[in-house]
Amino acid sequence: MELTDIIVKFILVFIIFAISLVIAMYSTYAERKIAAFFQDRIGPNRAGPWGIFQPLADGGKMFLKEEIIPTNASGFLFIAGPSLAIMTACIGSAVIPWGQKLTIGSHVIDLQVADINVGVLYIFGVVSLGVYGVMIGGWASNNKYSLLGAIRAASQNISYEISMGLSIIALLMVTGTLSLRQIAEQQHGWHWNILYQPVGFLLFIVCAFAETNRTPFDLPECETELVGGYHTEYSSMKLGFYLFSEYINMFISSAVMATLYWGGYNYPGMDWVLAHTGPAIGPLIGTAVLFAKIFLFIFFFMWVRWTIPRFRYDQLMDLGWKILIPLAIANIVITGIVITLIK
Amino acid sequence: MEPLSNKRKVIEQKPLNFLERAYLPAIIQGLAITMKHFFRKPVTISYPEEKREFSENFRGMHSLKRDEDGRERCTACGLCALSCPAEAITMIAAERQLGEENLYREEKYAAVYEINMLRCIFCGLCEEACPKEAIYLDGDIVPADYLRKDFIYGKDKLVEAPLNQ
Repeated sequence: MELTDIIVKFILVFIIFAISLVIAMYSTYAERKIAAFFQDRIGPNRAGPWGIFQPLADGGKMFLKEEIIPTNASGFLFIAGPSLAIMTACIGSAVIPWGQKLTIGSHVIDLQVADINVGVLYIFGVVSLGVYGVMIGGWASNNKYSLLGAIRAASQNISYEISMGLSIIALLMVTGTLSLRQIAEQQHGWHWNILYQPVGFLLFIVCAFAETNRTPFDLPECETELVGGYHTEYSSMKLGFYLFSEYINMFISSAVMATLYWGGYNYPGMDWVLAHTGPAIGPLIGTAVLFAKIFLFIFFFMWVRWTIPRFRYDQLMDLGWKILIPLAIANIVITGIVITLIK
Repeated sequence: MEPLSNKRKVIEQKPLNFLERAYLPAIIQGLAITMKHFFRKPVTISYPEEKREFSENFRGMHSLKRDEDGRERCTACGLCALSCPAEAITMIAAERQLGEENLYREEKYAAVYEINMLRCIFCGLCEEACPKEAIYLDGDIVPADYLRKDFIYGKDKLVEAPLNQ
């Protein structure tokens, strides 16, 4: 690898980090604003025009709050919990292809940090690591509510990871590759995987809600039963990290869903656009399309949050084990039969 | 037990059918409802920039009225204080001196007139009791403050602004 390539990669990593943090920051603002609109209210509108500086004010508040570590908490793990949560949330973006290869002059820039041939597997690994942040934080707090929240998070994530994995297997049978770049390339134009795997996508999005601990599956932080759930004892920026990692997770899982099922950076008529704008600008339009899809997914996450109430815990487990997993297995079987018949 | 009225209704508890157990139709219905609200005009009134209009018979802060010549109407008879169920009103009467006829309408006036806004229940009985039409609860909402003593409003806050100034 040449030096310029390394520098380009570094810049790309920096940009992706910055973008995912800014999006997470403004997701908090968007969430409050969208919640307000759904409830016939106005939402934050005092900090700057339409309240757009609200996230900055919130962040400043988080930094200035008193940092409390409970006496009986396990000191190292108490700090490791939120650090792990935000770290695993951030590194998920490494394998997502953000656009087609960009050609500036003689340089070809790959808009993907790491084009590894097990991209899907990597994402799964990172996602399942994410639960450690919650579990360690909840256990280290030495608080029964935190512990209950952490246990709930662990069992919920493990249950839903199974059906998520099974729904992905059906997709992989269609694509025949684990590389996210190749999966994105296969969906050129309008050949989006959602057309071949609608049930798989439905299963995947339900599991994505559960994995990101969003309503209706936000039992780990169920306020009515568990005070604050796994982050009851957290304050200041450590709490901020937990809340932040939830929004980054939402962004990453939106990006994964857009890439796997909704064509990623592909859109109908992209060849015509690419031919008319050139290889330096054309791929960026594809990136813009990908981000539009991601924002739509984030909006959908929020739309669902402000529509349906939380599941009861037994309903959650019933849904995961008795409905989603059989459905995912049936989806695999039917996909296999159809593929065999077509061949 | 025998039903005492014919209003009793036996509620049937049916097990959920397949579509209801699948959650999805109900969720889609709910999403449609929230989306309808998304485009609805917000009902928020951005107080203090916008204020909700008071109703016709709203009773707010008291004001002590002046007559058509700008003289204070109150004659410190004490009927308002007597009628007050919350005992919020106190006053000290004084006799009008020569040369003060343009200030006070009657020969006796209230030198000190205080209403404790924390005690007042805004019932309007003082208004009804007043024989001189001197007190009306036609003001705004009593503003918030930090100290209890600042809620005892004296004549400086209660008396209407003079006419010709």
